[in-house]
Amino acid sequence: MSNASRALDGFAALADPTRRTIFERVAAQPSAVGDLARGLPVSRPAVSQHLKVLKEAGLVSETAEGTRRIYRIDPRGIGAMRDWLDAQWAMALDAFQDFADRQIDEETEK
Amino acid sequence: MSIAPIVRTVQVKADPARAFDLFTTHFSHWWPKGKTVAKAPHVAIVLEPRPGGAWYERDAEGNETHWGKVLAWEPPSRLLLGWQLTSQWNFDPDFLTEVELTFVPAAGGGTLVTLEHRDLERFGADAARHAESLGGGWPRFLAGFAEYADAQP
Repeated sequence: MSNASRALDGFAALADPTRRTIFERVAAQPSAVGDLARGLPVSRPAVSQHLKVLKEAGLVSETAEGTRRIYRIDPRGIGAMRDWLDAQWAMALDAFQDFADRQIDEETEK
Repeated sequence: MSIAPIVRTVQVKADPARAFDLFTTHFSHWWPKGKTVAKAPHVAIVLEPRPGGAWYERDAEGNETHWGKVLAWEPPSRLLLGWQLTSQWNFDPDFLTEVELTFVPAAGGGTLVTLEHRDLERFGADAARHAESLGGGWPRFLAGFAEYADAQP
């Protein structure tokens, strides 16, 4: 998968609020499905389904610990951070363009 | 694993020398409000005009939060910055990604300003290190990321 499509997958995966909550909990602490399901208004199979989507988007990875599967943040999901940074720079450069052109316009009017 | 650099270009009406000056000495004036690192709002964002110069924001009480440093200062055509904010949005002198700005005359007047933010895979290595030390947390990255995801149509 290319980094660009991976980043897009990351965003699509986090657009769902329940899924983002699950991602945030995994980010705070590596956890098993049962731990994540506790305190959430969704069933354990639903949590498993959300984890599957997050895994396919490259945001979490799973490892076996005995009979339990532990989910944690996958640092390769950094492609999503690239997308976010890209949007920040786009915003910053647009702001620079507005500012710089306003300076020139004001000087030309005088 | 390497990650493709971020490349963005805008065209401005000013000539390269003026565009370089507006970008650097007026950084505080054009940088989007609220898009800073420290908790308190910034009153200034400073780029010291020399190689090795500091790049930081300052709040009303004079507290400085560093972003990185100037690696190359070559008006009117090129500025190379070291972005030293990690995936945790903390300044780390041992962490550095390059942000290069070029100012090229545009056909018919004005300047093409191109930004390239590279070495992004270092965020991944850094995030992996932090993920280990924090038991898997990317809190500050996540906050900004969630805000951005929410703003998507």
